[in-house]
Amino acid sequence: MIELRGVTKAWPGGAGVQALDLTVPEGTCCALIGPSGCGKTTTLRLVNRLVEPDAGSIRIAGQDALAQDPVQLRRGIGYVIQEGGLFPHRRVGANVAVVPALLGWDAARTRARVEEVLALVGLDPAVYRDRWPHQLSGGERQRVGVARALAADPPVLLLDEPFGAVDPLRRAQLQEEVLALLKRLRKTVLLVTHDVQEAVRLGDSVALMRAGRLVQHAPPAAMLARPADGFAADFLGADRALTRLGLFRISDAARDAATVPGEALPEATTLRDALSAMLERGVRALPVTEGGSLSLEALLASR
Amino acid sequence: MIGWLRSNPDVFLDALVQHLALSVVGLGIGVALALPAALLLARRPVLADWTSGGAGVLRTLPSLAVLAALLPLLGVGFTPSVVALALLALPPVLLHALVGLRGAEPAAVEAARGMGFSPWQSLLQVEVPLALPQIFAGLRTAAVQVVSGAALATFIGGGGLGDLVTQGMALLDTAQLLVGGIAIALLALGTEAGFGWLQRRVTPG
Repeated sequence: MIELRGVTKAWPGGAGVQALDLTVPEGTCCALIGPSGCGKTTTLRLVNRLVEPDAGSIRIAGQDALAQDPVQLRRGIGYVIQEGGLFPHRRVGANVAVVPALLGWDAARTRARVEEVLALVGLDPAVYRDRWPHQLSGGERQRVGVARALAADPPVLLLDEPFGAVDPLRRAQLQEEVLALLKRLRKTVLLVTHDVQEAVRLGDSVALMRAGRLVQHAPPAAMLARPADGFAADFLGADRALTRLGLFRISDAARDAATVPGEALPEATTLRDALSAMLERGVRALPVTEGGSLSLEALLASR
Repeated sequence: MIGWLRSNPDVFLDALVQHLALSVVGLGIGVALALPAALLLARRPVLADWTSGGAGVLRTLPSLAVLAALLPLLGVGFTPSVVALALLALPPVLLHALVGLRGAEPAAVEAARGMGFSPWQSLLQVEVPLALPQIFAGLRTAAVQVVSGAALATFIGGGGLGDLVTQGMALLDTAQLLVGGIAIALLALGTEAGFGWLQRRVTPG
């Protein structure tokens, strides 16, 4: 759990954070979004005290973060930045072992843990442990970055635009994989992104910021359905209703027993893709692979 | 030349040893001052800028001018020569090390801080290793300058291979002059090659 209460940080040039209240419950992911300069990255860096607040309180897993030594505090928080921030002069294994080394783990324990977390992020330790960062693709580097953040098993992770440098084709898959992993491990995650699609797909809640203030903090579907104000509506985009449909799958909608002709879609298909298929085919109902069909009326009713 | 070497092996060896001693001690002192200074200045950008400026000025002074300036202060002999050579070594080592430390991949430095490296841990475990190619480039430049500069120590009685050149000139002994000159040139080339090899060793890729 991450709790910010009345957190304020003023920068000389403006664009700080003003009296921010934000709670990320245990085991959930909160996606911070907003235009550049809105204070989302500052907020993230306040949590591990790379930025010191002028006022307010910060609690992590029930502990007062401001009362702890910042260096010790950071060793207990996973941190992933864009492109992973790997040390180019150390092999993958040594990169992953960084925090265990800082914490003084013995060699055997560290080695076993490095293998474990590399496997968790989908990299075969035997293949990757002795590679250099420059020998990896962007996606692999990002996976190593996540493995490194998980190495000491911190309860809380901070991700700063972690998928920005991954090629767009692989990005969606990597995002889903990483978030599924963090969910399975019951991690509490604060994620910064400038991408609305990424925020609504990955966040259990989305926190929209503007000029250092929290505009709205809500589950993605609720925020897309009811933006708090005109700024929120604009930022979420004119296609926010479509974005929202992308959060639901055919399996979430009511199904007709009747069969209709045409190529069937699996029920894991998002309603957004289903609507797109209806538009493309010019039909009001689609067959579903698992049986029955989805009608336009059922799709609209499921909103 | 070969004849001169055959009949004066001791003179040559003495000069060579003196030259190496001047170079090694001068370079050693320069590096011992410049590297810690670079580490201390790496986190103090304003002070680092001032020091870089000063080092840049020191760098443009001709070696002979530095030697001449030290003469009234420190007199003649080995010690003032070593001091002058240390001054010669200092700017390139300091400037290269500062550039390397301050230019170390920002993402890696940011990650180090965010994962709980103390400032010194980050400096020694991340920034210094990333700056090694630059640091060695500085050592290479300094070493070559010192080895060449040591040839001028003869003018303030510091000895070294420069003695062979000045004596050769005074006695119109071309063989001795050439032995000194060629030995200095070979030493400088060898230093360049040796430190160049070291620099490539620490440069990744």
